Amino acid sequence: MKSIKNHLSLVIALLSILFSMQVFLIVDRSIDAYKANLASNYSVIAVSQKKLSNSAILDINKIIASVEELSPESVIKRLNSNMQSKNVELLKLSLPKFYKLSLAYYPSPKEVKKLTSDLLRTSSITKVEDFSHNHDTTYKLLLLFKSVVAIFAIVVLVVTLLLIFKELRIWQYKHNERMSIMGLFGAATWLRSAVLFRLAIVDALIASVVAFGVFLYVSSLPWVLEQFNNIGISIVVFNPVEDFLLILGVAMSISVVLASLIVLGHKEEV
Amino acid sequence: MDKVIIAKNLSLSYSNSETIINKIDFSVNSGSFVFITGASGSGKSTLLKSIFGALKPKQGSLIVGGVELNGVSRSKLNFLRRHVGIVFQDYKLIKEWTIDKNIMLPLLINGYVKDVAQSQVDKLLKHVRLNHQTGKYPLELSGGEQQRVAMARALSHNPILILADEPTGNLDEYSADLIWKLLEGSNEQLGTTVIVVTHNIPQNLNVDYKHFHIEYGSIHEVN
Repeated sequence: MKSIKNHLSLVIALLSILFSMQVFLIVDRSIDAYKANLASNYSVIAVSQKKLSNSAILDINKIIASVEELSPESVIKRLNSNMQSKNVELLKLSLPKFYKLSLAYYPSPKEVKKLTSDLLRTSSITKVEDFSHNHDTTYKLLLLFKSVVAIFAIVVLVVTLLLIFKELRIWQYKHNERMSIMGLFGAATWLRSAVLFRLAIVDALIASVVAFGVFLYVSSLPWVLEQFNNIGISIVVFNPVEDFLLILGVAMSISVVLASLIVLGHKEEV
Repeated sequence: MDKVIIAKNLSLSYSNSETIINKIDFSVNSGSFVFITGASGSGKSTLLKSIFGALKPKQGSLIVGGVELNGVSRSKLNFLRRHVGIVFQDYKLIKEWTIDKNIMLPLLINGYVKDVAQSQVDKLLKHVRLNHQTGKYPLELSGGEQQRVAMARALSHNPILILADEPTGNLDEYSADLIWKLLEGSNEQLGTTVIVVTHNIPQNLNVDYKHFHIEYGSIHEVN
């Protein structure tokens, strides 16, 4: 019972860090997926006085993924009811060229501004419509959501680290006597601290396995997948290999740093 | 005869406090049995601490087992301690370990294979008449029994030097006699140098011994 208690204090602290980290990762992935979704529906319209080749437009800014020339027919159709066919042909010749530019990803407002100015620097392009108002609102909303989750994760991290440092004092007290006695008989530092590191590594493993189990279960829940489908995105909620390695790495690093601090802070008492 | 301890102009003090041992010279021959006596607070335990490197000399030189302890590195100190057995008045056993594992500690530190170490532990438990207590934890034993465990631990790796700080201070007569017999046996049969810090030298010892007395920060041999 005492042994379980010894493990629980660090395991719970580690779990709260791992949970906040994984939740942040899921939110980050969701936002990225949502941005990719938005990018596929977002485009910029450029108006040029003369015909431009696709490659010439693609060279203007790397964010432009593809170019589609818009047909003038739809514009003319609305006007041609009272026009003679000769005049329609003349109008066709005098109308500027419209290009719909699809982008590689959902850009930041700064990138939209740069794209607009890059396009306008091309002499034949006279007008660019970037729908910046709608774009800015959506982008800022996403950023706000991401920041709120990041702040939440940082607060959890700070509070948990404070808890861990309190735990560190208890560990220091518990292990100091044993380490001192081992030191009296000439045990090298690694041998004196072996028990401590073994405990830290076991706790990190327990916390990682628990977090792995919980997130694997959560990621397979139909309700969770449905929530993402509802907003039109599909993400990997939990990657059993990559995410587990990350969780394990973070848990191990924190535990080993904790154990190292105790070893470094150890003073031989006789 | 080889000297196992050589102190020259040795001064000892705890940080920021007055000098406890002041510029003393003394030496201990290898294989001898030595008592260090003195009033409480005279510095006899302080001197013992400096001999196993828990307190660095403030001034002078202290050579133990060929290792100069003034400015000694941690690795050299560990090397020295692996050849020293220490017994304290408060036993200094690891409470969360069984008595077997406590006795085994110096053996494992010295790189003994576990099976060899275990047979040595079994032998020592018999030697200190605690073989019936195997597998128990220190706090399950009486003070006298704990001190016998500490004694077995100090003897387990056949050290060149045994340091004992008031080893029988809190013990019943039976346990105290047993501790003295073990120290005598180790000195006589294995040639181990034994240094005991104590208030009272037992009257029924069967070994020749040297007696140093510490007073006012100085040490002198008592004939």
